[in-house]
Amino acid sequence: MFKQLTAVIWMSLLTLPQRLGASSVIVIGIAGVVAVLVSVLAMAAGFRHTLADGGRQDRAIILRGGSEQELNSNLTRTDIATIGNAPGLLKDGSGKPVLSSELVTVVNVPKIDTGTDANVTLRGVGLKLVEVRPELKIVAGRMFRPAVRELIAGAGAAKQFRGLAPGGVLHLRNADWTVTGIFTSNGDVHESELLADVDTVGSSIERNGYSSALGLLTSAADFTAFRDALTTDPQIKVDVVREPDYYAAQSKQLSTAISVVGNTVAVIMAIGAMFGALNSMYSAVAARGLEIATLRAIGFGAVPVLMSVMIEALILSLAGGVIGASLAWLFFNGHSVSTLGGAFAQVVFQLTVTRTLIITGIVWACAIGLLGGFFPALRAARLPVAEALRAA
Amino acid sequence: MKYFPLLWATLWRKKTRTIFTLLSVTVAFLLFGLLETVDYAFAHPSSGVTGADKLLTLNKYSVTLSLPFADVREIRSVPGVAEATWITWFGAYYQDPKNFVFALPIDTDSYFNLHKDEFVVAAPEMQAFRNTRSGALVNAALLKKFGWKIGEKLPLHSTIWTQKSDGSLDWKFDIVGTFSVKDATQASAQSSTVLFHYEMFDEGRSFGAGTIGWIEERVQDASQAGQIAAKIDALFANSPNETKTQPANDFALTFIKQYGDIGFVLRAILGAVFFTLLFLTGNTMMQSVRERIPELAVLKTLGFGDAKLLGLVLAESLLLCVIAALVGLALSYAALPIIKLGLRGVELSPRALAPGLLVAVLLALIVGLPPALRAMRLNIVDALADKR
Repeated sequence: MFKQLTAVIWMSLLTLPQRLGASSVIVIGIAGVVAVLVSVLAMAAGFRHTLADGGRQDRAIILRGGSEQELNSNLTRTDIATIGNAPGLLKDGSGKPVLSSELVTVVNVPKIDTGTDANVTLRGVGLKLVEVRPELKIVAGRMFRPAVRELIAGAGAAKQFRGLAPGGVLHLRNADWTVTGIFTSNGDVHESELLADVDTVGSSIERNGYSSALGLLTSAADFTAFRDALTTDPQIKVDVVREPDYYAAQSKQLSTAISVVGNTVAVIMAIGAMFGALNSMYSAVAARGLEIATLRAIGFGAVPVLMSVMIEALILSLAGGVIGASLAWLFFNGHSVSTLGGAFAQVVFQLTVTRTLIITGIVWACAIGLLGGFFPALRAARLPVAEALRAA
Repeated sequence: MKYFPLLWATLWRKKTRTIFTLLSVTVAFLLFGLLETVDYAFAHPSSGVTGADKLLTLNKYSVTLSLPFADVREIRSVPGVAEATWITWFGAYYQDPKNFVFALPIDTDSYFNLHKDEFVVAAPEMQAFRNTRSGALVNAALLKKFGWKIGEKLPLHSTIWTQKSDGSLDWKFDIVGTFSVKDATQASAQSSTVLFHYEMFDEGRSFGAGTIGWIEERVQDASQAGQIAAKIDALFANSPNETKTQPANDFALTFIKQYGDIGFVLRAILGAVFFTLLFLTGNTMMQSVRERIPELAVLKTLGFGDAKLLGLVLAESLLLCVIAALVGLALSYAALPIIKLGLRGVELSPRALAPGLLVAVLLALIVGLPPALRAMRLNIVDALADKR
């Protein structure tokens, strides 16, 4: 039986070039499905990577209670002082808490590709910025100086929005701000932002107070003690969230939406491709009618014939899957796009074609191939030998 | 028309093949219908505002920065401005952050004068709203959605504004009536709107008193809107709060554009779908003609001219594609009500489906032409001898 199987499979593969037209329909059809699936899921993966995977477990964001987002939140100077005294916060050499008081606003900056205004986050950050966010690296130019209108731009923002190169000037509320440098921060959401000194931003937008505070804890385990100390303090009303949890909540809606849309479109396309595969495999079986009937007549079993058709379909769909995934990787991996994130502001992210996505695509391809190959294979196996021989 | 039975018979010559081809073309047009509709919706967002005579003035540098209240009076003095009203972003939800409510503090007189004839409010309910300081007018659909009742208290959580009295973010209103929107195309943008009194809001908030979020204007002559917008912005040039005034509909469009080039993504997907489809249907048509060469030769022998054969094969391709396209587009039409984009102002309309038929005809011609030409150029003798 095994010998029969290999013989029949070999034969069907050898005759494959004669059925090139019909076979290419399977390959191209499935390549299309997989390319679309992988590209759209790469978008969701990139977005999730930028938002949800950012942040550290031992960093906490403090917002005014009930504000949901930094943009809505409001903390006073007294609040910040209270937060700085809470247990669990890391202290620097001179005993000061490693805490950055931040002021978040959005500013209109035109997008490079469309020229239309987009909401870009301008984040005022405290002097402890570098200690709170050690992942922040200046990759071009230099750090901004406090008390003058200087800012640094995230690498993602610099790619998407106009005028954000070192030396560039941004006009904001009748004052010019100079871009002094470009920074990276492990590819997280802050790379979509502009950073400047918090008090300079505050005076510029005439806001007394802060949006939020970001603190580095002595350890991730101390979060609960830190949170409980603040939430039970009757002096202030704040929400304390671990940094990764905050960003995961912000990104959940959009990344779920992208995944749902991507999967829906891919399922519909897959159904279409399956009909195409059915068509091609039926015509392949018809074209090989005489060959199959002869094989059966000289004693080959139904199962090897069935298997050979299935395997042919599988090989073709595998080729389609690999081509589709490669196309998606080739064209879109690392492609930088931006969209409106959860918080009213632009998030720049890169499409990421991960290994898991490639495997997902190929699994889909094989599933379509198997479904599309099964019924034609069944017909091939059931072909009445005498009739098939006579018809030829 | 007299060839229709012939066409119909040849179409069903190989039943399974025709059915599978029909199904895959149908699926492609189902996708076409859905994606085109979404594309159209993003390209034509509804602003919740009817008419080209409406302008919107915001802080030039940031949507989150406020404007001083005094700007309203200055804007009213600009010639050509019929009415101006002011609004502030309240950032509200009902019970759970998922239940976003587009709650707006409005100045009743100027707001309803500006949006003349856009809202339908029963006269007694309007009177009740004017008489109740903590009154709220609720979109009728929203009232139904949450099961609220007129006369009930409405608790809304603002994510921004704390109250002077107790520092709380939880505000309470009295539902005094409902409104509905006359222009059906704008209804979705207003579907989560709650209107309440600006006076109550301004006096109740613990900070920001005297500032406003944005100003809406109605101009007397829509054709003058551009010049008037420029005049308004000139008023505040070089002030700490420079403004940007634009048609209300443009604002909706720029906002939606911020989601990115959705059109490009959708067109790329459709491109992949139709490229694949071209191969699939093309292959079927080629095969079908190849198998029928002796039959076509007989037709030619019987006196069918070259042009007629070309027409017959093209018509067959057309029939196949148009039937499938009609079914696919009908399916997507049926699916539209199920799809919820969840974006304010982005509403699916079946208007985008019509071009689908044009695409179907185009597809039919492209895939039908090579086999049709082949049929036309048949040499009777060779074909009858089955020398392909």
